[in-house]
Amino acid sequence: MADVRNGIATRAGAMILAPVGWLANLFDSPLRMLQRRTGSNGMAVFFLAPNMLVFGIFVLFPLVINILYSMTGGGALFLGDRTFVGADQYGRLFSCSSYLDPKSCIEDLFWIAVWNTLAFVVLQVAMMVAVALVTALVLNRELRARSFWRAVFFFPVLLSPVVVGLIWRWILQRQGLLNLMVFEAGGTPVNWLVERNWAFTAAIMVSVWAHVGFYALILLAGLQAIPKDLYEAAEMDGTRPLRVFWRITLPLLAPNLLVVLVLTLIRAVQIFDEVYVLTGGGPGTSTLFLTQYIYEVGFASMLRNPGLASAASILMGAVLVVLTLIQLGIARRNEQRGKMR
Amino acid sequence: MRMNSIILGLSAALLSSTAFAGDVRVMWYSDGVEGEVIQDLLNRFMKDNPGINVILDNVAYKVVQEQLPVELEAGRGPDIARVTNIKELADHWLDLTPVVADPAYWQTNFGDQFDWMRPDGSKIIPGFMTQITLTGGFVNKTLFEQAGVPIPAETATWDEWIDAAGKVQQSQQLNAAFAIDRSGHRISAANISYGANYIGADRLPAPIDAGTKAFAEKLVNWVADGRMNKEIWVSASGTTYRAGADDFINGQIAYYYSGSWQVANLASKIGKNFDWVATGSPCGPAACTGMPGGAALVAVKYTKNAAEVGKVMDFLSREDIMREFTERTLFLPAHKGVLAGKIDYKTDDENVKASLEAFLKASGKIAPNAAALPAWKWGTPVYGALVTRISQVMAGELKLDEAFVRIDEDIKAQVTEASK
Repeated sequence: MADVRNGIATRAGAMILAPVGWLANLFDSPLRMLQRRTGSNGMAVFFLAPNMLVFGIFVLFPLVINILYSMTGGGALFLGDRTFVGADQYGRLFSCSSYLDPKSCIEDLFWIAVWNTLAFVVLQVAMMVAVALVTALVLNRELRARSFWRAVFFFPVLLSPVVVGLIWRWILQRQGLLNLMVFEAGGTPVNWLVERNWAFTAAIMVSVWAHVGFYALILLAGLQAIPKDLYEAAEMDGTRPLRVFWRITLPLLAPNLLVVLVLTLIRAVQIFDEVYVLTGGGPGTSTLFLTQYIYEVGFASMLRNPGLASAASILMGAVLVVLTLIQLGIARRNEQRGKMR
Repeated sequence: MRMNSIILGLSAALLSSTAFAGDVRVMWYSDGVEGEVIQDLLNRFMKDNPGINVILDNVAYKVVQEQLPVELEAGRGPDIARVTNIKELADHWLDLTPVVADPAYWQTNFGDQFDWMRPDGSKIIPGFMTQITLTGGFVNKTLFEQAGVPIPAETATWDEWIDAAGKVQQSQQLNAAFAIDRSGHRISAANISYGANYIGADRLPAPIDAGTKAFAEKLVNWVADGRMNKEIWVSASGTTYRAGADDFINGQIAYYYSGSWQVANLASKIGKNFDWVATGSPCGPAACTGMPGGAALVAVKYTKNAAEVGKVMDFLSREDIMREFTERTLFLPAHKGVLAGKIDYKTDDENVKASLEAFLKASGKIAPNAAALPAWKWGTPVYGALVTRISQVMAGELKLDEAFVRIDEDIKAQVTEASK
């Protein structure tokens, strides 16, 4: 029976691979000829070219266009129809008496968004890393239905940010589920999305809820890579669990934690979708973040200002580049450490 | 045989996704049932004109507001669109004069609103208003009766209305007495009733004046004392639109200031839950005005099928078709012939009939400053700045004086940028 099954599988595999083999044979001669003429470096360029083309069209070209837009003014869409204004848009963004006081800035909403984003990044990243770590530690234990719990924590990651925002808006609005529970418990309902501090807290909590599963998964992979014999040795030495955590788990998990930290930072700087649906940037401007500012200036306002929006997005991009370089540095250092081991 | 089937299948798939000569694509958004009504009317048109295929794209209002302008800037877009930001996009509309059967008919019946839709000084026929809207208040009669508070008279001021609604709020233990949509257009009616004038002598925005400041101060105070629903205005930033209709529909407020386009929505959602009626606009020291506006059906000048577009527009603008559209959608008509005749709104709901009559009556009391705004190019930046900054005051982020300075600066910056 097993032989029959293997035979069917082999035949199916051969049928699937047949076109691939046929294509490989078809291109074999021209590729050999190309290699003879261009050498191995030329072949590398040949194989990288499609990817570089896609990268050029969808990343590099828009980036250059964005930089050009940031140096133009007016509401026209086409670059050729726009007025060159040099660094005026950047000048407008940076025109402040004190950067700590957005009211002293010409573009006060930009600086409100900058400070809100900074506060969000600090609080959300700290909470995200802590919750992801605790979740990973719990999910790494010998629990009943462990796979189920892992799926439960990962499930929100699969949801669209708009769905996440809507679900939590239904829960947190004045007549929402949370207030119903507060009322039933004899408490006084709170206007969660209208009170400044509560709305900001809600934005952080919802964002953590939506993404923690992904980061917990990265940490869980790190935890499972820690050799078991280290824990066994510690147990034989009678080491206390907290000391095991500080001396074994945390140092060996550090590379994964750094990756999670940098990824969370980048994601937090880019925060928009779920918070936009949840609070719309309110109450007032207390959850107005940089991406929403860019969106509103560039697209949502009837008199759009693509130049100012582009300038703001270039500044935000610069911050993200720095964070990405940090991530690349960490990844490279980890790789080198791995080689040394 | 198999190859033929594949080719046929592919052809069918391509046909279904490609626009051909003779196709007319209409971008349409709906507040109520008008999407169904227009589809019904267009089906009738296509039956009589088998050579013209009209494709109705029902989209969200946000698509019309945010994506259509970008498409138009790129020289693309649908052949016909239903829009509310008519004046800002006026450069993109097609002149229908050469393609409609009788331009004089259009001029007679829709001419009063052409300046709302075309660039200043232009004489083109850009389209027609599918509906005229007028801002105004709605009152929950049942709540007023239960509270034993008399409904204020037609000439009552904003203060009298809010005081009366406040009494109902206290008596019925409501979360708030009233709500106004989070929209600069909506509060402009009240600003003008307090004497505001947005249009400067040079047709550019004038600095905000005592009328606007007076009503803005009242709004902020009404939020602070808990009579105005804080959620609608405070729980968003920037120019985000929020309607207060849900609170009115759920019987959470006694008075709601919005506009005539809400009538069908309120009728279908309130049903027989309580009695309600439209009451026109409260008075200020200068006027008792609502803000006119509406949605226009305009032809886009980048169309490749102008002749077919002309036929569709001719059909939809016919008096009998406009009358049917008006009666079925419960809108206020723009067509002069329809307005002059008897309108038999298709509803058994007495609340609706009374409300539409109230709006028709109020449309005769529009102040000149309000009547001038739909044809004014810079209305939108003024509305946007008002909403953004007054909301910040309500949220405790700005003082009123700071907000007034910011409003003027915001408007000036936007006008300067748009004029580059």
